[in-house]
Amino acid sequence: MFIKQLSIFVENKPGKLSAVTKLLSDNDIDIRALSIADTKDFGILRLIVNDPDKACETLKNADCTVSMTNVIAIGAEDKPGGLTGIMECLYASNISVEYMYAFITKKAGEAYVIIRVDNNDKALEALKESGFAVLTAAEVYDM
Amino acid sequence: MENYWNKEIECMSREDMKKLQDERLVKQVKHVWDNVPYYRKKMEEKGVTPDDIKSTDDLWKLPFLTKADLRDAYPYGLLAKPLADCVRIQSTSGTTGKRVVAFYTQNDVDLWEDCCARAVVAAGGTNEDVCQVCYGYGLFTGGPGLNGGSHKVGCLTLPMSSGNTERQIQFMLDLGSTILCCTPSYAAYIGETLHDMGYTTDDIKLKAGIFGAEPWTEEMRREIEKSLGIKAYDIYGLTETSGPGVSFECSEQTGMHINEDHFIAEIIDPDTGEVLPEGSKGELVFTSITKEAFPLLRYRTRDICVLTRKKCSCGRTLVKMTKPMGRSDDMLIIRGVNVFPSQIETVLIEQGYAPNYQIEVDRVNNTDTLDINVEMSAEQFSDTVKDIQQKEKELVDAIKTILGITPKVHLVSPKTIARSEGKAVRVIDKRKLHD
Repeated sequence: MFIKQLSIFVENKPGKLSAVTKLLSDNDIDIRALSIADTKDFGILRLIVNDPDKACETLKNADCTVSMTNVIAIGAEDKPGGLTGIMECLYASNISVEYMYAFITKKAGEAYVIIRVDNNDKALEALKESGFAVLTAAEVYDM
Repeated sequence: MENYWNKEIECMSREDMKKLQDERLVKQVKHVWDNVPYYRKKMEEKGVTPDDIKSTDDLWKLPFLTKADLRDAYPYGLLAKPLADCVRIQSTSGTTGKRVVAFYTQNDVDLWEDCCARAVVAAGGTNEDVCQVCYGYGLFTGGPGLNGGSHKVGCLTLPMSSGNTERQIQFMLDLGSTILCCTPSYAAYIGETLHDMGYTTDDIKLKAGIFGAEPWTEEMRREIEKSLGIKAYDIYGLTETSGPGVSFECSEQTGMHINEDHFIAEIIDPDTGEVLPEGSKGELVFTSITKEAFPLLRYRTRDICVLTRKKCSCGRTLVKMTKPMGRSDDMLIIRGVNVFPSQIETVLIEQGYAPNYQIEVDRVNNTDTLDINVEMSAEQFSDTVKDIQQKEKELVDAIKTILGITPKVHLVSPKTIARSEGKAVRVIDKRKLHD
């Protein structure tokens, strides 16, 4: 039920980010979702792609520093309060969110939320118990 | 008018000085041969005995000592006196693996302080002066050396040590300090703080400063002189030979007079070890001819400079050395601390980073800065900023523990820093301290 997210080290220098995206496009990798955490010297580019294993290998071969992390993707209603329920559920189960990002999907009225928590198993259990639509890897990769 | 602490020595004719050096060298070589098996072995390997050393003309026959020897022989291997006769140690600035511990008998301390007294007097010091010593006290030789010299001259001595700059200025104002002793960068900082606190040079009584322990430029000298309203004098020394006071500047400010009655200076070719004629640029080598406990013969300082016997307007006949123009090894002096790039490399490897790094040293507002570019490694990488910054902090702390200086670490992409094969540029020194 977990989604493989790629995290890529990107130094804060002109051209570094475009080098990564070019590498992915040259290898036919389709990006499903992304976010960047930025610091003074570098950023962490987080990607959900159609083929994470291939993307990871491609990046490693090009001397990029890349890591794979299991994250959770949840379908939420695209309306006020759609996210609140998820957050309340995690809070009630004492789960910390390290970071998250969200995007609306091609399906009308639905948004996907990617969350990285301190305890994946516990979070998954809590979300399922509360009836949230946790997405499978295939659902996200083939979106 | 020029004042001297010991006119007879400081203005001695070259002929008499050579005679004194010859005598002392012969005696010293015998002392070392009899008491330091480590050096005796080196002499034997070179086929030299004390009988071969009849005067300073034979100095070249003796083997060199290097920092590596001091490391090998640590801590007691070069000691030439029983511990019962030793009263003090001093040590270099806590740089792991390269630490030097020097021993002193009471006589060694006296002669060292005497050298420092010459520097204080050359800077215009008398028993009427109030001398504020803001070099670090403790293992570092700066504080104890100038403290002793100032005492000998009879100055009212303020043993401030470094730091707490506003308090330094308060003492300077309240007690009317006339001489300041510290590193040049700290002097510049004191000047800046003084003005920031709303005071001018009219509020203080400083007239002279004795600054050393790190490289500084003529431009910096003028800046400090203006900012503090003083004449700034350079002083040179190293723990291995005693501490500050091996050489000192006079009113002419064109180089430092070496206390030749205690130290014989040579300039050698750092590659071949060959002694170079006067006026040549090369590596400075010292032979201590009066030290009892820790008498180093032909110690290679790694400092590159030029010696000159050109007549000095101050009247001293002691040979003059230029400010060091560089190093014949990769040692850096950052905020007065000796730093070898290999020390930083060791920490990087210990912490799981690639041993590929670049050190950038600069001087901003007269304070040295240390920036280290480090390649991100798969081992240290994480998807959260928090984890990476935690590891970065651990790295900074580990370097600080080793060097005593807090670096700025910048994580860069892997394989973007030149590899060690060939001529990797490990250090970029932007301070432009040397021509």
